[in-house]
Amino acid sequence: MTTLLQQLINGLSLGSIYALLALGYTMVYGIIKLINFAHGDIYMLGAFWGYYTINFWHFNFIFALVSAMFVCAVAGVVIEYLAYRPLRHAPRITALITAIGVSYFLENIMSYLYGADTRNFPQVIKQVNYTIFGVRISNIQILILATACFLMILLQLIIKKTKMGRAMRAVSVDADAAELVGININRTISFTFALGSSMAGAAGVLIGLYYNSIDPLMGMTPGIKAFVAAVVGGIGSVPGASLGGFLIGLLETAVQSVGLSAYKDAAVYLVLIIILLVLPAGIFGKNVKEKV
Amino acid sequence: MILKANLKYNICWLILMVAGFYLMNTLILVGVIDSFLENMLVTIGINIILAVGLNLVIGFAGQFSLGHAGFMAVGAYATAIIISKTPTAGAFYVSIIVGVVIAIVAALVVGIPTLRLRGDYLAIATMGAAEIIRIVINNLKITNGPSGMFNIPQFATWPVVYIMICVTTIIIVNFIHSRGGRAAMAVREDEIAAESMGINVFKWKLAAFVLGAATAAVAGSMQASYLQTIAPSNFNIMESIAILIIVVLGGVGSVTGSFVAAIILGIVDTALQNFGALRMVIYAVVLILIMIFKPSGIMGTWELSFKRLFTKKTKTEVKS
Repeated sequence: MTTLLQQLINGLSLGSIYALLALGYTMVYGIIKLINFAHGDIYMLGAFWGYYTINFWHFNFIFALVSAMFVCAVAGVVIEYLAYRPLRHAPRITALITAIGVSYFLENIMSYLYGADTRNFPQVIKQVNYTIFGVRISNIQILILATACFLMILLQLIIKKTKMGRAMRAVSVDADAAELVGININRTISFTFALGSSMAGAAGVLIGLYYNSIDPLMGMTPGIKAFVAAVVGGIGSVPGASLGGFLIGLLETAVQSVGLSAYKDAAVYLVLIIILLVLPAGIFGKNVKEKV
Repeated sequence: MILKANLKYNICWLILMVAGFYLMNTLILVGVIDSFLENMLVTIGINIILAVGLNLVIGFAGQFSLGHAGFMAVGAYATAIIISKTPTAGAFYVSIIVGVVIAIVAALVVGIPTLRLRGDYLAIATMGAAEIIRIVINNLKITNGPSGMFNIPQFATWPVVYIMICVTTIIIVNFIHSRGGRAAMAVREDEIAAESMGINVFKWKLAAFVLGAATAAVAGSMQASYLQTIAPSNFNIMESIAILIIVVLGGVGSVTGSFVAAIILGIVDTALQNFGALRMVIYAVVLILIMIFKPSGIMGTWELSFKRLFTKKTKTEVKS
């Protein structure tokens, strides 16, 4: 029972990182139907920003987190403007290849400028372990969970309550109709990228704090896992992405804890395939009927 | 009758293939192509086999598969295991067939459930399936786990790879021009319309997928035996994406484009080796720029066709 709870805590911490990343994927996909492969690298940028500001400018945690979110938001908007906007009406596979190109670019420019070696993330918050009913939980895990939940609720409020959020939902349903009623599509899409990228930036700083190591290629695998999480949850759905993220995180820790850590990625993909076969549009996805 | 009608064009293709072979052979004999360039040529050749196969699945059947590297891994490991045990040329050819058969079985197992999905969902499911194949290989004893296999005897020399390029391309182009290929293209254009015309949508999607997987296995066999070392990490998602890049860069739905893009990328890759760490940065920028300024790929859907060349000539003759 204790081990179960312990794994639950670990899984939730990991899952909240995936969930934060998955939110960016799901929003961008919802609005322009693009698998933004560069999203995982935005998360890497966030981690590096946290690393440099904490180490050299001596930012505290909150300030590093907020500034990383801001910087990543700007990076996301710039990438969208330069690389994706010219391809708004191109075949979708072309935009996908461009996204892969952007991902390669970010990974390799960071390796080129700062070296490809792994570095230790500064421990800006001293780790304290609490033991509750035999379950060990660190203050960093609590912090990650709390920050992630706070950001997810904030995001949900932005999407559901603000004018911009309504515009985002409108564009994702029908871009042409949204334009007809006076929504500025370009600005809405930029805003979506900004929101999604800031979540990725926050995830980057949090993972740096949690795993204590960052490198320029760190975004690749979590990026793909987070996309899987978004698909499992139903791509385009914000609660789905959160749920998918937690699900993947829990699954991974569960497989690891029964001693099959070599197969943890395989388990994730197997669950993905099974879920897609049973629910072709993910858990919360709307199954759109095709009309002739 | 049909054979006779196309005889002229088929002879042209045959001459082109044989001429290409002798040109390369002479250049190697004379010493213009040294072992460094030959290595580049073989890499390009393997990439052509992979890209043409994937182009069949994505460009002609319209099924977005991101799992090509998984089937390549099956072929590579079949060859590696068999010829490491019995290093004879005969075993090498048997191993190619074994790889193809296993890849076909794997493609059926993956394809029958997942090909019901569409678009990006299919892409992500096939990617997951390929990763599962890779992780299984990574954990098996017979495949030597994550460290991979080395000292594999080299049977896949340049002529063998060249012949394999020709054979796989002929098979795929013939499939595209057959009834099945036309059915697959109809599925690509509109699944519901194709179904209402009496086309068995699922059957032709699966046929294209399986054929693509089989050629990927051939490419894998070539790679294992030419490079003599393979590891599971050679067949990860990035490899699938690299093949996808060739297909999209050349033009989705153009076999000629896949050839051109594989050759250009091979040359660019070799030329950029002097740039060291900047190599991938330049590569990424070039990729983004080509996509922005030529979204349909280098060749679009254009195909090199002797038939058209000849008919064009006769038309101009009539005019003059």
